[in-house]
Amino acid sequence: MEFYITALILGLCLSSMALGIFISMKIFNIPDITTDGSYTLGAVITAVLLTAHWNAIAIIPVVLAAGALAGMLTGIIHTRLKIEALLAGILVMTGLYSINLTILGRSNVPLLEVQSVFSSVHFFAASVYNNLTLSLLFILSIAFIVGYVLRTDFGIAMRATGSSASMTRALGINNNKMKIIGLAIANSLTALSGYLVAQFQNFTDINMGIGIVITGLGSVLIGEALIKWWSITSIHWQLLTVIGGSILFQLVLAFTLSIGVDPNMLKLVTASFVLLIVIIPRLKKHD
Amino acid sequence: MIELQHISKVFNKGKVNEVAALKDVSLTLQKQDFLVVVGSNGSGKTTLLNIIAGAELSSSGKVIISGADVSRLAEYKRSKWIARVFQNPLSGTASDLSILDNFRLAAIRTTKKKLIIGINNSFRKRVQDKIATLGMGLENKLEQPMGTLSGGQRQALTLLMSVMDDTQILLLDEPTAALDPRSASVIMQTAHSLIQQYKLTAILITHNLKEGHQYGNRLIQMSEGKVLRDLNASEKKSLQMQEMYEWFN
Repeated sequence: MEFYITALILGLCLSSMALGIFISMKIFNIPDITTDGSYTLGAVITAVLLTAHWNAIAIIPVVLAAGALAGMLTGIIHTRLKIEALLAGILVMTGLYSINLTILGRSNVPLLEVQSVFSSVHFFAASVYNNLTLSLLFILSIAFIVGYVLRTDFGIAMRATGSSASMTRALGINNNKMKIIGLAIANSLTALSGYLVAQFQNFTDINMGIGIVITGLGSVLIGEALIKWWSITSIHWQLLTVIGGSILFQLVLAFTLSIGVDPNMLKLVTASFVLLIVIIPRLKKHD
Repeated sequence: MIELQHISKVFNKGKVNEVAALKDVSLTLQKQDFLVVVGSNGSGKTTLLNIIAGAELSSSGKVIISGADVSRLAEYKRSKWIARVFQNPLSGTASDLSILDNFRLAAIRTTKKKLIIGINNSFRKRVQDKIATLGMGLENKLEQPMGTLSGGQRQALTLLMSVMDDTQILLLDEPTAALDPRSASVIMQTAHSLIQQYKLTAILITHNLKEGHQYGNRLIQMSEGKVLRDLNASEKKSLQMQEMYEWFN
């Protein structure tokens, strides 16, 4: 049971990234590969500042700003230098690897001895329920804030940019600026996942971000399938559904591990699972 | 209101596929003029409209709107004066957003998009009343995504959206080309009454000569990047349909 609760918490921690990818997909309709780098960036900054005895809450603005910077960079390369968004993301992700390694100083930093955001609150005696409550409250407040922003005039303009570029130009919206801001927000949210996961698993590893974008993508795809299925139009419910997608994703991975799949195969399982999510709705159409 | 001074536009300059889309076109529109532009494919009609809207920049010449030189101004900045209806009904509205969200964006076309929630009950009521004038029964479906509507419905809503915010110029680029005859006539009647009601300066591009004959107070025919014929209000009034058909033979 605890095994599945751990997966559930991990799903919650990663759902901030899923919300980020939900935004970048809405703007570009393509996956933002910067994610791999900005996720690790969040974890790296968290490790370094926690080790320097920063308060866990005080680290959050730094993590958000760093993620935003990474996203803006991808956005600027894409819009100003007119480079394919996919390639722009790959470039920034690759560059971030060196930056992350420089900040972290070595490839792995354990965080067992430091006061993390999880060890700073005590709702329950059992740490697993403590962690669950904290991550749930944390993610719900993030979803609330993101939902609010997306419902404002600015948020409507941002969502429209992805839906119809010709319309938004005619309605006085600077599409390029919107893309840069959108990617900044998306990668802030991704970095926040790095912040949470590093503290939850008690270490930061330079390679923890490899392929993480696939996890986020899979979560969003599950979420979008459910959004379509239930015809959800409310933004807040859409975001909650994406969070549900992230949790479901981790539960499926936990299940495959529990039936004895070699952990080395986990990335292969992840990729196959995402492929499955993508093709199932297409198979149905041919009926 | 709109002044074009010696506008030329060359695509692919210096290459084998160089095209001169507009050749030294000058045109002046007074406030509340309703100009109809006809001409065969490739005559430069759409390029002319794009240069006024800012979707394309001219190779040479000046575009002056309300006395301001906007020749180098980006399209999203010219939206201060200009509202557009596109040939493709999908271009003027955002499919993934609800009808209400689309109208909200249109209502803040000329202002900053702020971090405040602008959709409240009074805004909802305003949109509802506006949409009710179409008589399409869409006023009770404000939460429905735009993508679920038909092309005719979307085009009608795009027209209404164009007057949600302060508008001086309305550009209609073959707005009925993708529609069935009945939807087309609804669209043209709606456009006509909005132009009258809001005292707009309007430009309509059309291949439908009947529309071109019926609407507007000025008519130009474009050919090979130039204005071939230019008819003022009284000349247009006395123009026979048959005569117009002969222009194209």
